[in-house]
Amino acid sequence: MKEHSPLSTEKIISDLYPKKFGRIGRVWTLFLVIVCLIGAYAYYRQLRYGLVVTSLRDYVSWGIYISNFVFFVAISLVGSLITAILRLANAKWSTPLTRIAEMIAVSAIVFASLIIIVDMGRPERLVYIFTHTRIQSPITWDVVVISTYFVISLLLLYLPLLPDLQILNSHPNRNTGFLNRIYRFLGAFWKGTREQEAINNRSIILLCILIIPVAFTIHTVTSWLFATTYRPGWDSTNFGAYFISGAFLVGGGAVLVAMYLFRKFYGLQNYITYRHFDNMGRVVVMLALLYLYFNVNEYLVPAFKMKKPEEHHLEELFSGKFSLGFWFAIIVGMIIPMFILMFKKGRRPYPAFWAGVMVVVGAWFKRYLIVTPTLLHPFLPMADVPESYLNYFPSWEEWAIAMGSLAGVLLIITLLARVFPIVPMHESITENDAHQEN
Amino acid sequence: MEDNLSSRRAFIAGGLMAMLNPGCSSGENSIQPSGEKVKLLSVDGEEIEVDRAFLKPVPDLPPLSNAEERVGIKGKKFVMVIDLARCKNVGKCRESCNHAHALHPDHNWIKIYQMQDGDHTAPYWQPTTCMHCDSPPCVKVCPVDATFKREDGIVAIDSDRCIGCRFCMAACPYTTRVFNWEDPGVPEPLASQHYSCESSIPQKKGTVGKCDFCPDKVRKDELPHCVTACPNGVFFFGDIIEDSVTNGTETFRFSELIRDKAGYRLMEDLGTKPSVYYLPPVDRNFPFESGLPSTQETTTPH
Repeated sequence: MKEHSPLSTEKIISDLYPKKFGRIGRVWTLFLVIVCLIGAYAYYRQLRYGLVVTSLRDYVSWGIYISNFVFFVAISLVGSLITAILRLANAKWSTPLTRIAEMIAVSAIVFASLIIIVDMGRPERLVYIFTHTRIQSPITWDVVVISTYFVISLLLLYLPLLPDLQILNSHPNRNTGFLNRIYRFLGAFWKGTREQEAINNRSIILLCILIIPVAFTIHTVTSWLFATTYRPGWDSTNFGAYFISGAFLVGGGAVLVAMYLFRKFYGLQNYITYRHFDNMGRVVVMLALLYLYFNVNEYLVPAFKMKKPEEHHLEELFSGKFSLGFWFAIIVGMIIPMFILMFKKGRRPYPAFWAGVMVVVGAWFKRYLIVTPTLLHPFLPMADVPESYLNYFPSWEEWAIAMGSLAGVLLIITLLARVFPIVPMHESITENDAHQEN
Repeated sequence: MEDNLSSRRAFIAGGLMAMLNPGCSSGENSIQPSGEKVKLLSVDGEEIEVDRAFLKPVPDLPPLSNAEERVGIKGKKFVMVIDLARCKNVGKCRESCNHAHALHPDHNWIKIYQMQDGDHTAPYWQPTTCMHCDSPPCVKVCPVDATFKREDGIVAIDSDRCIGCRFCMAACPYTTRVFNWEDPGVPEPLASQHYSCESSIPQKKGTVGKCDFCPDKVRKDELPHCVTACPNGVFFFGDIIEDSVTNGTETFRFSELIRDKAGYRLMEDLGTKPSVYYLPPVDRNFPFESGLPSTQETTTPH
């Protein structure tokens, strides 16, 4: 197998060293910047004219901004899955994936916070959340846990990076002046002494343990933004577990996609190997099964009873207006990728990549279907509102902002991958040395 | 003896006014006593006599501070009773409410629902206001105390505090709340007046609005706009501590009305404990059909 062939330290460093963007890289970055700018322009319009530029109205008062928020929080959970859970489970194979996972986590959580501000009618009053805090509001809990999670994720990105920064700092002529300044600022104090390494390793282990309950909390609290209301489709005791299992699934899918793309465009075939796709594919199968299980609970139990307020909601999902999206999310977002990844041939990089894409796209629609249809099925009939209040399809400004935020996440990941090694260099060297000694 | 005392009091009152209002005592504003005395009750409960010339009409009640508006009217617990047997979807309640609060044209704080509970049950018209729940789901979820429960039972909104997250709208099972998606277009001089949690005027872009039970009217011993506007006396407003409700022409003991007419509240099973009670649509004053837009002789507002 490829991964057993020993590599020299110099080869590892030159393979994993951050590279300047090629033509594709530049075009890709430019594309993301343009999408972000269009989103920024749409947000400027929203600030100027108010949320009236969206298609949100009194019934559907939360739309794709909020479903995007849930999506980002969900995908950010992957950081804790790959870095913490797999590390604590002693799954050594996941080491090369930790940095990708933490980069996804940090950038997704940044945009989760931003998109929530975008959704506010009075963003200039954001500070009231801190100056007039009401501790009984689930929003307050969400602010607390998301900022905690952001800090821990940032540390889990930064601390394992320190030994790599030492390597980067020892090759100043390979970096641009700007990057040298960043590397020195972040890692000049790191000498790699035994004591420093001991402190660092202990901190990482501690953070890995700490991040698991925090990760569970951020997505549970996010589910409570819905589950603490009375509305059909949200009023569910299943919601916390349902959200967390879905979050791990979409995070797993995103890692499959990122693995494939980085491997291909950065030539990392020696580091992200067939074995990683094989293992990650198995993990995703398990997560898809878990999420399906919670979906069965979430939809079939109420459907068995068909309580009156739920009836209309469930019918619209199963066979009505939202059925196309609903079955797409179930079949394309869970069942098909699960079947692809169940087979060894399906866990090769290319099919696994497509399975990951299906999981991620299905998951985005799934979040939309969790947020919006419920709001169109209130307890009292819809009355005394203009025609435009009775339906929801996002306006171009909403699409532009939502796509801009997705592009923003990808842009941060792209830039982080330009600045820092995508696969930890130091850990790859030590593991390679350990291999050779054996 | 008595005359002496009263004239001294009048002098003190005049002196106080002069002190408080320096402009009065000089130039064209100086007031000459007319000699005609008026008996008044002082704030201490003492009976005093003041020269009529010193009396000036108070333009309005002094403005309340935000802190006072958040506490509410002491010793009161407001309640509303809506008699469904009298409603024929005229819509005057909605119209006067929209006008009085200078709402955005898309908005109605009062909504009139065409209800039919089951396949073979009778249809009826159901006006809804904010339920002013005693266990309000909207207040629970507000992260910044922009919507709050007052001592007099009213759930009010501070539009200067609201951050526009709309969690309260998701939380309210009665879908009573509306959002100012754009500038509500409040006319002057209302638009530039300072926002009051009691009048809910002026509505502001990017914040939530809803029925406020008109405490500004209640402070002036008047009834809410919907109560006085309804030609059929559907809405009864009152105080549960005084145990009385009135629609302006008829007044009932609240407890007797609820007992005799089997009053109930909406979605009792959710445990929100609304302050709005409904009387079932029995022995109706109007057939249901008379409220349908096609058969209604009076034009519906818009």
